Amino acid sequence: MSFYLVLTVNSITFGGLLFLLSSGFSLIFGLMRIPNLTHGSLFMLGAYFGATFVGGLLGFVFNFWIAALLAAVLVAAFGAVLERLLLRQLPGQPSAQVLVTLGLSFMVADFCLMVWGGDPLSVQTPDSLVGFVRLGPLAFPLYRLAIIGIAAVVAIGLWLLLDRTRIGAMIRAGVDDPDMARVVGIRVSQLFTTVFALGAGLAAFAGIIGAPILSVYPGLDQDMLPLALVVVIIGGSGSLLGSFFGSIIIGFIYNFGQALLPELAYFVLFLPMLLVLLFKPQGLFGRFVP
Amino acid sequence: MSRKITRRKVLAGTAAGAALATFKFPAPAIAQAAPFKLGLLTVKTGPLAQGGIQMEQGIVTYLKEKNYKFAGRKVEFISADTGGNPAGAKTKAQELIERDNVDTIVGPLAAFELLAITDYVRQHETPLLSLAAAEDVTQRHVNPFVVRPSATSAQCMHPLGDYAAKELKYKTAITISEDFAFGYEQIAGFQRVFHDDGGKVVKKLWPPLVTPDYTPYIAQISDVDCCVNGFAGSNPVKFMKAYQAMGMKSKIPLLAGWTAMDDALLHSLGDEAIGVKSAHWYSADFESESNKRFVADMQKSYNVLPGGYSAGMYIAGMCIDAALEKSGGKAASKKAFAEELHKVSLKDSPRGPFHFDQYGNVVGTVFIRNCERKNGKLVNTVIKTYPNVSQFWTYDPKKFLSQPVYSRDYPPLKP
Amino acid sequence: MSARIVTLVVGAVLLITLPFWMPGVYYLNVASQILFYAVFAIGLNILAGYGGLVSLGHAALFGIAAYATGYLLQHGFGHPAAILIALVVAMASTALYAVLSLRASGIGYIMITLALGEIVWGLAYRWISVTGGDNGISVHVRPEPFGIALTSASAFYYTCLIVFALSTAMIAIFVRSPLGAALKGTRDQPRRMNALGYHVWAIRFWASMLSGLLTAIAGILFVYYNQFISPQTLALTASAEVVLMVIAGGASTLFGPVVGAALVVIVKSVVSGYLTRWNFLLGAIFVAIVILMPEGLVPGTVRLWKLGWRKTIARRPKIFKAGGPPV
Repeated sequence: MSFYLVLTVNSITFGGLLFLLSSGFSLIFGLMRIPNLTHGSLFMLGAYFGATFVGGLLGFVFNFWIAALLAAVLVAAFGAVLERLLLRQLPGQPSAQVLVTLGLSFMVADFCLMVWGGDPLSVQTPDSLVGFVRLGPLAFPLYRLAIIGIAAVVAIGLWLLLDRTRIGAMIRAGVDDPDMARVVGIRVSQLFTTVFALGAGLAAFAGIIGAPILSVYPGLDQDMLPLALVVVIIGGSGSLLGSFFGSIIIGFIYNFGQALLPELAYFVLFLPMLLVLLFKPQGLFGRFVP
Repeated sequence: MSRKITRRKVLAGTAAGAALATFKFPAPAIAQAAPFKLGLLTVKTGPLAQGGIQMEQGIVTYLKEKNYKFAGRKVEFISADTGGNPAGAKTKAQELIERDNVDTIVGPLAAFELLAITDYVRQHETPLLSLAAAEDVTQRHVNPFVVRPSATSAQCMHPLGDYAAKELKYKTAITISEDFAFGYEQIAGFQRVFHDDGGKVVKKLWPPLVTPDYTPYIAQISDVDCCVNGFAGSNPVKFMKAYQAMGMKSKIPLLAGWTAMDDALLHSLGDEAIGVKSAHWYSADFESESNKRFVADMQKSYNVLPGGYSAGMYIAGMCIDAALEKSGGKAASKKAFAEELHKVSLKDSPRGPFHFDQYGNVVGTVFIRNCERKNGKLVNTVIKTYPNVSQFWTYDPKKFLSQPVYSRDYPPLKP
Repeated sequence: MSARIVTLVVGAVLLITLPFWMPGVYYLNVASQILFYAVFAIGLNILAGYGGLVSLGHAALFGIAAYATGYLLQHGFGHPAAILIALVVAMASTALYAVLSLRASGIGYIMITLALGEIVWGLAYRWISVTGGDNGISVHVRPEPFGIALTSASAFYYTCLIVFALSTAMIAIFVRSPLGAALKGTRDQPRRMNALGYHVWAIRFWASMLSGLLTAIAGILFVYYNQFISPQTLALTASAEVVLMVIAGGASTLFGPVVGAALVVIVKSVVSGYLTRWNFLLGAIFVAIVILMPEGLVPGTVRLWKLGWRKTIARRPKIFKAGGPPV
């Protein structure tokens, strides 16, 4: 019984981590229709920055949360630069977008290898969240439970941003009809830079939040990017809360699938992804077909 | 500026040409003065770079110690990055053999890389000292040019099974390792000896190579005396953290193979590694003369504690050096040199005394270590040594080889 | 004589005489690799370039042909039988691949092919009884067509060259054929094509089969060259690499994929011997191509040749779909 309880709880928490991982990609893909294949590398970059800040840089040891925010800001700035210089030139050109984002991912991955070396970096769980929570017969790590809380906060925050603020309305207008939006006086290109930066920052934030569980190592980007894609496809694009619940469902599929169908461990995520693409291409909660 | 060909110019040109013609290049008879070309097949980019970078550090440390001279002969070192995939390994092997004409190759890192190049290396009769396991290259499909100074996948796990059953008195175990050949072979080795000594492996778990979260697997570990893991790369870090996070560490002790608790990995680990016992063919705290030198050099040059990847290549360097000494620095034919390598037997090395069996695999010490914290740093302290361990443990080689290859399902679980 | 014909003739002469002027067996082997990767890229280009369908799972089709060949050879089949059966298996797989992936287009197509590629990759790892898992399958002998042993580098090179030439000819004919024109039509204006009575799905399906054929041929050359096949060859990174070859070289041009293949192979095999950070360089080259010549190296160079440097940068095409002036 405790076996199923562990799996259930972990499904929810893993779903939270998946949401954090994919939120950045979902934002950029959903709003700007750019498949940002650099996403995995930005996740890893954020994790490396965060690990360095937590581990101590120039004598300063940063608090975990500050390190996470700092890493997110740094990578968001980097994302803004990327958007301005590179992606801006390529609206509606998927091949060029694929080429440039993949090329960038090679560069970022090799850069990380050059700077931080080949050994994995371990990030300690923040002191405030060390320990266990008793759930009946079993003890579940507190940090993992906290992740679901963080994911919920991020999801609500993003939803509020896009649905309830003026800037969110401007972003949505800019996405629906950039030319009309410009006519009305909305600075569309600046907004796009902001959205991309936000997406990049979210990826980096997810990287460092996930680091106490995943650790940071070369190849993290290649391991995480397919997961982000699976979540965005199965969960669907265009709806943030749908994306959130989609992530949780995938958390369940992953945990129960790996545990109960070990023969299908490799396919436990890509088979559902394929089925969704074939039969419900907008995803479980999506608002448009990619 | 005159372009005319004046007589003066013709005379000057002829004189220059004549002078050049008198320039004698060293006669080929002084073949021994030709440098010994040593090629390294390693991985410096991509996810496997972790071990690959250490491999290069290990061999370079030995070369520096010897001032790039083996048996009085200058050594020219060429490092090649395979990218960690078999096609890359083949291309780089070709580069080393066809373009650079190396005399010997050390490496590669991964088993599938070795399998991709073993035929090629044999065709071109180039001696190779491997780090990669790929058991069959020294078992059922022996390559006479390959010598392995590190270990086969199961070589350290046989004694671990013995230790678990006889010394730790464990009766039941659950194993977990990545779903690939290196994982299967390690676990099979443990399982076989553990069974023979009265233990029982209850369940074998095989998470895919890329598993972001090990919790669904850890949740299946219960009601046993120990859990044996054979993870490699950076997966041990993820696994042990999750294992401790789920509260398992205090309930079911962990045993590990060499890649999971390699000394070079310790600085990436934390408290989750304390108390984990592992079996390795090298240990940084082993007190031999050469090891003390090796560890000190590695710390000075790279500020790292060496592990199996660098030790394996350092020891490979020692073997080449010893073989060259024996053959007077000549390495006349590659075939003869390969045979000489098979005969190398060293008393003092970072892993202790060793020699090679008739199949080309090392017979040497296996250390059982316990991880503890000393002076604030994690170290693996040797708690037992098994001397003269071969790839066949105590089994008869012929019988061993007549049985099926170690795989996911062989040996089968006890009912 | 137009510049184009001169270039083609010079190129052909260089390729045919390559073993004589290339310094060393190693570089000859690199040339062979470029040729069969070029065939792979040409195969993908049918879909990604002329068809507007970027397949991120093509390494799966490549790998299936290679695995089939290896498996059959391992089980005692002769080379001709192994190659033929492998081609049949590969074509059947391509048909299934096409039926599944052509349910979508655009980004949906990219995602389906990615998922299919990952599933086949997982199969390669798990179906150990057939694929050997990550230990892979070794091919011990190369074939001896007409008594010529392909073990020698130059013999293998000429085999690759012949296959490459035939593939290029095949594509040149295809592009100029009605089917080729129809395919380009479905890329640019699918709805209009539909309205005009063209069966868009069928056109794309047959294009996929042709693409699968060339990809399978390239896969067979690969497994004979390396004499080894393992799951890494089917990974997502391998699929991404061939897509990059096509796009960087110039999608929907005849020689773009060839140039792209040459670029990637040379950086991976040759430059990596001199530069440890070759991965970074490769990525930087791709980014530079997008900035300077977004339609690809071949069309960009053609423009450069015609217009001169400054005008080339100024007149970069702004609207670029996976298309460009056909060569």
